[in-house]
Amino acid sequence: MHGPELLQYLITGLTQGAIYALVAAGFNLVYAATGIINFAQGEFVMLGGLLAVTFVAWHMPLAAAVLLPILVVMAVGAAVHWFAIRPLRRAHVVTLIMITIGVSVVLRGAARLIWGADSHPLPPFTPGDSIGLGGATVQPQSLWIVGVTAVAGVALALFFRRTLMGRAMVACALNSRAARLAGIRVDRMNMWAFAFAGGIGALAGSVLTPMTFTSYDVGTLLALKGFCAAVLGGIGNNMGAVLGGLILGVVESLGAGMFSGYKDAFAFVVLLLVLFLRPAGLLGVGLRRDDQ
Amino acid sequence: MYWSTSRVVVVVLVCLVGVALIASGCPKPPAPVVTPPIPPPTQPAVTPPSGEPIKVGAIFSVTGPGAPLGTPEKETVALVEKMVNDSGGINGRPLEIIVADDQSDENQALAAAKRLIDRDKVVVVVGPTISGTSLAIIKTFEDAKLPLVSCAASIKITQPVKEWVFSTAQPDTLAVARLMEYLKAKKISKIAVVFDSNAFGKSGMDVLEKQAPDSGVTIVAKESFGSKDTTVSSQLTKLKSAKPEAVICWGTNPGPAVVAKEMKQMKFDVPLFMSHGIANRKFIELAGDAANGVVFPAGKLLVAETLPASEPQKQVLLDYTKAFNDKYQKGPDTFGGHAWDAMQLTVQALKDAGTDPTKLRAAIEKTTKFVGVTGIFNLSATDHNGLTKDSFVMVTIKDGNWVLAE
Amino acid sequence: MRGGGWARSRILGLTLFAAAIFTFGLTVHSGYLLGMAVLIALHALVALGLGLLMGWAGQISLGHAGFYGLGAYASAILTTRFGLNPWLALVLGAVGTGLIAFAVGKPTLRLRGHYLAMGTLGLGLIIWTVFNQAATWTEGPSGIRDIPVLSLGGLALDNDQRFYWLIWPVVLVAVMLAGNLINSRMGRALRALGENEGAAAAAGVDVARAKLGVFTLSAVLASIAGSFYAHYVTFVNPSPFGFALSIQLMTMVVVGGEMTVWGPLVGAGVLTVLHQVLAISAQRIPAMEGLEVVAYGAVLVIFLLFRPQGLVAPLRRRGAPPRAAEPPAPRADEVVGEAS
Repeated sequence: MHGPELLQYLITGLTQGAIYALVAAGFNLVYAATGIINFAQGEFVMLGGLLAVTFVAWHMPLAAAVLLPILVVMAVGAAVHWFAIRPLRRAHVVTLIMITIGVSVVLRGAARLIWGADSHPLPPFTPGDSIGLGGATVQPQSLWIVGVTAVAGVALALFFRRTLMGRAMVACALNSRAARLAGIRVDRMNMWAFAFAGGIGALAGSVLTPMTFTSYDVGTLLALKGFCAAVLGGIGNNMGAVLGGLILGVVESLGAGMFSGYKDAFAFVVLLLVLFLRPAGLLGVGLRRDDQ
Repeated sequence: MYWSTSRVVVVVLVCLVGVALIASGCPKPPAPVVTPPIPPPTQPAVTPPSGEPIKVGAIFSVTGPGAPLGTPEKETVALVEKMVNDSGGINGRPLEIIVADDQSDENQALAAAKRLIDRDKVVVVVGPTISGTSLAIIKTFEDAKLPLVSCAASIKITQPVKEWVFSTAQPDTLAVARLMEYLKAKKISKIAVVFDSNAFGKSGMDVLEKQAPDSGVTIVAKESFGSKDTTVSSQLTKLKSAKPEAVICWGTNPGPAVVAKEMKQMKFDVPLFMSHGIANRKFIELAGDAANGVVFPAGKLLVAETLPASEPQKQVLLDYTKAFNDKYQKGPDTFGGHAWDAMQLTVQALKDAGTDPTKLRAAIEKTTKFVGVTGIFNLSATDHNGLTKDSFVMVTIKDGNWVLAE
Repeated sequence: MRGGGWARSRILGLTLFAAAIFTFGLTVHSGYLLGMAVLIALHALVALGLGLLMGWAGQISLGHAGFYGLGAYASAILTTRFGLNPWLALVLGAVGTGLIAFAVGKPTLRLRGHYLAMGTLGLGLIIWTVFNQAATWTEGPSGIRDIPVLSLGGLALDNDQRFYWLIWPVVLVAVMLAGNLINSRMGRALRALGENEGAAAAAGVDVARAKLGVFTLSAVLASIAGSFYAHYVTFVNPSPFGFALSIQLMTMVVVGGEMTVWGPLVGAGVLTVLHQVLAISAQRIPAMEGLEVVAYGAVLVIFLLFRPQGLVAPLRRRGAPPRAAEPPAPRADEVVGEAS
């Protein structure tokens, strides 16, 4: 394997990994707040991409077409929590996970009705040829993806450390009863967790779509990979999500360059290895008290 | 109090689903509810069909991964049903097509097959759309002794010959044969292949590997991608380092469009060949500029307009295009063409032999010189597909349109 | 007294079940309905094992479709390639699958939390990828066809009716054995597990071993069901054994209720019938088309909202919290807060 090739694998892997990191961050938000593995996370990504496609088709400026889906999917996320999760606080976590699966089926089916079964393209954020870099090439959209992930990662970190709401969410995750006694409205915080998960999913969907395409059924695989990334980094841990995503992306990219047939299995082999050798993930599980 | 809003919403949802189910007459509507289609009296010259309808089943992947293929197929059989009934039906009896969605899932296909045979009492079934579901229900039809005319391409469906099973899609062996012929003419001998890891791509890869040596073509690298992969850059990087004279990409949308785009982005400038899996508008829409210059074997439907008048299929192709366009305001594609052929073949056999499954089967098997959208069918006891590689032409994309490749 | 009551209700249940199997089999001759019954039985077998795992060991698995597929492929390959007797292939498949499950369960089940779910998720997808990629053995995505049918004492089980008479008695036996297991020493250990893992451990129950045992057993059941599937359809390809089926199987258990042996059975039946009702309605009224998938999801969500404990709720445990596995009843404390 030569230098330029290796570089190309790295570039591809980092781009891909950035997407996984965004999806993983969405998983973490919900997991940290509620202990639920939200299987509708992939559908948030799908909705973000498809809404962006529609808004572009409505001749909205690209920036608006990309940002507006974030708000819409945030509302979807909040609605999912309010109507499907909140009424069942008494139920066991497994039941809630099954509910998110049901929600994902509904969202996917609805998306098929609205957008059909075909894939849809989206123009790149900045037009132009790919950039040469030491014998490898970088698509401008790759830079957008990596950049957006970096900004989102920093914003999340600041949000949890510096803002009242972020700290309230952390408190809910650590000990919801104590948080309630301290006057935090746990329900509302959980709703926001779902809303933010929706927003970050939509963001991932709309930055990803120009590189690849999107269709009503892209969510499942992305969710599975994102979930692997979250476990790899340490579920609930946001820095872990970024690290896990990037590692997964690079491993997959190198794997695809060697034996592409088993490429998808790599992510899951990595997942199993982590579970066997270091189940808390690379950076340790995040906020939830239950798993300590 | 906090229950109230959500309860209202939930109750509304329940009601909606409930109404839908009740409206559907679930679970078992009495059989005579089905009204025979009454053709509008637009063509006074034709006596409208009357009497007991002839029931034909159709199983298509209207949802699931096969949906982009199954949807035009479903639209096509609805079109054929209307056309047949408007022109007097089958020997005076109306044609009724019952379409079942297999959701691209083998278990659902099995259920649909049994439902059509047992409950709806169809005399023949057209479909399924994809190879997996077709292969899964073969036994059901062999046991029930009812003909099945599949629209899927896997060579396993018709080889070895199954008594009750036919297919109207060209097997990939013919597409590859056509492509190899073209490569040979262009003196391309070193190729790299990137293929979709689904049944279509894998099967294409196997055939390519089998046929390449005979045509003096060497495969210097081969890599696969997943149908839902977001990037193929790594695989293309690997192919590029093998320095092929041309790249062949075998897959169905959207993968090949990603390949075309990324090859362009990577400045990987070698001729790009693809398969009949991209023979629809969607590919051009997805790949945009990168679609231009791609060469692939395809059914003649794409270039129907430009075919010489001597071409025997030309009229059928134009008729189908017009009929489909009039009804759905969009162009047809080759997958719909498979359904058109399967339906027309079946209707012809029903007219000739009636509804007895054994006679019907024999009539389908005896069909020769049947000019369809996909090709000219010459079926026999040893060939339940009946197409040759002449059903393919080499097509290229120029300025976002299909033209015959020189 | 309690033991006696349990035994009586159990005998009654099994008798009614056997009677239902006979009545259906003798009165129904429609290939469609019998075919549906066979599909329900196949899924019920897997769901039964999954129910034991979920209800009695407090663990979920997202990879049981993989075990189901391993059984199917083991039977397909061993019979078509090596000409093995189908029954022997079934046993070998079950043993192999059990070993794989054991190997993955051993490290992950030592941990608290839903690590088994993550492990099985990964394992299921790896198995699925191997089905697709190891074409030398599995023939890749295009699948293996011409798998021989099963035969019993010279009688080939080559149609729905005959297969029905094989598969439902198998389900009956499996239910009986599962009932025995629940009542055995191991069963009591498992029940303790479901209620309080710490207490169970303190009382001398080898928690990890009990969990591992039930997980392996559920994988073996799935593999056996998979072998039956292969010989029933006579064709296997990878696509039915993907993640979607794992989820469907879980749904069956949750909808049916996981604390009794009957729950998963009922769940398998209800969901299969629901699927068919929706498919038929989509076939009859054009407006329903495409909606059936949405409706399926909506019914699932609504059902869980109103009956999270499942259709068949355990009789003796009414009033007790549904299940106190880890994470330890995360929402219960808040409900108390809300009510006051």
